[in-house]
Amino acid sequence: MARKISMKQAINEALDLEMRRDPAVIVMGEDIVGGAGSPGEEDAWGGVLGVTKGLHAKYPGRLLDTPLSESAYIGAAIGAAACGMRPVAELMFLDFMGVCFDQILNQAAKFKYMFGGKAKTPVVIRAMVGAGFRAAAQHSQMLTPVFTHVPGLKVVCPSNAYDAKGLLIQAIRDDDPVIFCEHKNLYGHEADVPEEAYAIPFGEAAVVREGKDVTIVSYGLTVHRALEAAERLAKERIEAEVIDLRTLSPIDWDTVLESVETTGRLVVVDEANPRCSIATDVAAHVVQEAFGALKAAPQMVTAPHTPVPFSPVLEDLYIPTADAITAAVSKIAPRAMAA
Amino acid sequence: MSTNPFPLDKADLMKAYRTMRTIREFEERLHVEFAKGDIPGFVHLYAGEEACATGIMMHLTDVDRIASTHRGHGHCIAKGVDVHEMMAEIYGKATGACRGKGGSMHIADLAKGMMGANGILGAGAPLVCGAGLAAKFRGDGGVGITFIGDGASNQGMVLESMNLAAVWNLPVIFVVENNGYAESTSVDYATAVDSYVDRASGFGLPGVTVDGTDFFAVYEAAGEMIRRAREGGGPALLECKMVRFFGHFEGDAQTYKAKGENDYNREHRDCLKIFAARVRETGVVTAEEFAAVDQEVGALIEDAVASAKAAPLPSARDLTSDVYVAY
Repeated sequence: MARKISMKQAINEALDLEMRRDPAVIVMGEDIVGGAGSPGEEDAWGGVLGVTKGLHAKYPGRLLDTPLSESAYIGAAIGAAACGMRPVAELMFLDFMGVCFDQILNQAAKFKYMFGGKAKTPVVIRAMVGAGFRAAAQHSQMLTPVFTHVPGLKVVCPSNAYDAKGLLIQAIRDDDPVIFCEHKNLYGHEADVPEEAYAIPFGEAAVVREGKDVTIVSYGLTVHRALEAAERLAKERIEAEVIDLRTLSPIDWDTVLESVETTGRLVVVDEANPRCSIATDVAAHVVQEAFGALKAAPQMVTAPHTPVPFSPVLEDLYIPTADAITAAVSKIAPRAMAA
Repeated sequence: MSTNPFPLDKADLMKAYRTMRTIREFEERLHVEFAKGDIPGFVHLYAGEEACATGIMMHLTDVDRIASTHRGHGHCIAKGVDVHEMMAEIYGKATGACRGKGGSMHIADLAKGMMGANGILGAGAPLVCGAGLAAKFRGDGGVGITFIGDGASNQGMVLESMNLAAVWNLPVIFVVENNGYAESTSVDYATAVDSYVDRASGFGLPGVTVDGTDFFAVYEAAGEMIRRAREGGGPALLECKMVRFFGHFEGDAQTYKAKGENDYNREHRDCLKIFAARVRETGVVTAEEFAAVDQEVGALIEDAVASAKAAPLPSARDLTSDVYVAY
């Protein structure tokens, strides 16, 4: 039975169902229970934004609050995964990768290959990503390209509650290390979500809107901006196809290429900084593999090459807007086409 | 009939000697083979430090996990990793422990509880916290042991891990292999405290410093810590003061060492000689019995080198395999 729940609830539900199913699933992170060491105050927080709230009571001892030592506990999650557990470690903000990146980059990502295929590291690292929270430069970045660049890691970034639940369940059951990116501005976003467990396979993009004139590829929060732009463009009789990548590694090239073969036009929208981004990755791949199908140069709509600013007026300019997406589409799908 | 004054029976004394001798022979041979130019990359040799790995590993089984360092051959051998597979790995062969994709610095055998030699110094400390955590959840009595050089002991992740292990009361032992040099940098220069036990105290961990060239000292101190950890007593730190016979890596001119330091160490601080002499003089094991082990080990290493040289190289297909379980 599906009912409307938020992405935050969907993530909580995925953790709940998988912890119930598999005793090897443990969860660790800073304040994920909260109030540790203060008698009677346990589960005071359930995560800084309450995502893990209530799980402590259901699975006592299996949610571990950690000291502020990301290298130690992210590494411990990776070590425990290599020893047969299925840990879900919460890094709180993906920006904190700076203090634990070795364990992700040189340990988790490398074990399988470096040890000749013998290792298995089924760890999930959940973290908040994205701007719009007035949290400034160190709590707002979209660092998905950094992780997508690293062989051995899988990178997931859902745009809605339904996908978040199915992709997190898949991430926990997956035998490879997964970086699970949760856009903090989507936590309250509601969608129809079935009560039961279901897994969404990685590497399968979703065509969230069909259209014949231009392909807009995105993931995370900006999928919604792309949809907004597509509605506006429809009024100008430009039909945009919007593709939500859902997972960035692996990535569903087939769906992107098939769409571009039909539309001949590509706009990639990425909240990450522009250089070596998901936007450049998708644009380059399409140019290489479907050059003949392209009727115009692919366009990229990204954050600027700057840190995330604090002041709301600046931050609102930072995140790709529906206006910017519409403008990019107009540039390659001129009015002549709509006429 | 001689009485055995040691905490190990004759079979275990022979096992310890065989392990130390195997490590020594392995490393001395690599020193020679590396100089011939047949071994790709670089290797860091454990010769001189055998008593530490062996004294600790004598207490462990496959349920116990260790995380090693860049100087990992000794830990691998003492933990039971196959010597032929190790040698083939160092030669970059398809039959290697990691199918030629890891090399000297990444030999691992998870089935044996060997979580990998590691090119990132100190990285094993968080990993064995995870091993200890897994053992705790499973209730299998396993311990996690991380080896850390005196240099890596200054890594933030090591210090974080000591605190985490203490806070979570994990069955984890931090072994500081203090051979006096972090690459070329003296421990006196790079470490602000005189004793690593002081570091342990700072995190609420019991710590002991032993003479790492004395197998029995390592064996007894490690045994006590491991027993305590298995029983739920939590983490501890063991500092082994030891000597490295070779350079940081093969090809290191070692100008930072005092003149005659290596010769002195080989003469007076050779853990293998010290062990053999002590055991021999009690008559528990005879010189002939040790010599037989030496011969056996010599043949083993000879065969390992010959088979590694003859083994097939990886194929182009191997370049892109095993990045993921499924992708």
